[in-house]
Amino acid sequence: MKARIKVMLKNGVLDPQGKAIEGALGTLGFPNVASVRQGKYFEVDIAESDPAKARAAIDEMSKKLLANTVIENYAIELDEK
Amino acid sequence: MKSAVIVFPGSNRERDMLNALEKITGTKPIAVWHAETELPKVDLVVLPGGFSYGDYLRTGAIAARAPIMTDVKKKSETGVHVMGVCNGFQILCEAGLLPGILMRNNHLKFVCRQVKLEVTNANTAFTRKYSQGEVWRCPVAHGDGNYFTDADTLARLEGENRVVFRYAEGTNPNGSLNDIAGIINAKGNVMGLMPHPENEIEALNGGTEGRALFESLLEAVA
Repeated sequence: MKARIKVMLKNGVLDPQGKAIEGALGTLGFPNVASVRQGKYFEVDIAESDPAKARAAIDEMSKKLLANTVIENYAIELDEK
Repeated sequence: MKSAVIVFPGSNRERDMLNALEKITGTKPIAVWHAETELPKVDLVVLPGGFSYGDYLRTGAIAARAPIMTDVKKKSETGVHVMGVCNGFQILCEAGLLPGILMRNNHLKFVCRQVKLEVTNANTAFTRKYSQGEVWRCPVAHGDGNYFTDADTLARLEGENRVVFRYAEGTNPNGSLNDIAGIINAKGNVMGLMPHPENEIEALNGGTEGRALFESLLEAVA
């Protein structure tokens, strides 16, 4: 089973990399860019057929390592095919 | 005072730290590879600077889950002193031994320069040889030193006098909250700081003001 995990900085946490990308997009001639936030995206293949168990394991992994919940939120999508 | 320095893949300041510890404490420290599961019997454990695991995922994130860290946590609970410098500070935060996180410098550039540090709590095992409010010169070298935490934790740190070092005289090199350069845990035996006191111990290198930090530990622990 495949899981997709999106990790984003929480609202209100300064994102200097997003700001720099936002600036570069302006320089490239995209004046209508209002804001950019940078995040991380993971694909995890998990050898587990029970979706509930897979989700619980991915949730634990996200909390313990993939995201630092002091500054980041995460969202899990499970591909149950 | 017996000390150990943990070496992770990508550590690069461990030699400076081993050298400083030996020169100032008079006892040869033990280098411990991160894959070990048990620390030797020591009074002080130091996590040195560097770029453990190439800063993959987040700075210090992978090293914080290294096998030796389980015992570092365990020993810290029994009162063994633990100090993290630069990447070591980032690892202590990721391991949950200190609160908060070190984020990318607000200006996105790596900084390598001298800063001024104010001792904002001289009543700790790491700072007792400084005087309260003393300002000393110390080098920094990092890309991710921007200390951040939630408002409640910040208020608690300030309220409990757990900010031990602050960047002084407008020298904050990274945008850290409240000019924080170093913090200590509630128990007072785990301390992390971004600057490199181990590189400020020889007149030949420009100054010896970092010595007092090691001398504090020597006095407090021995």
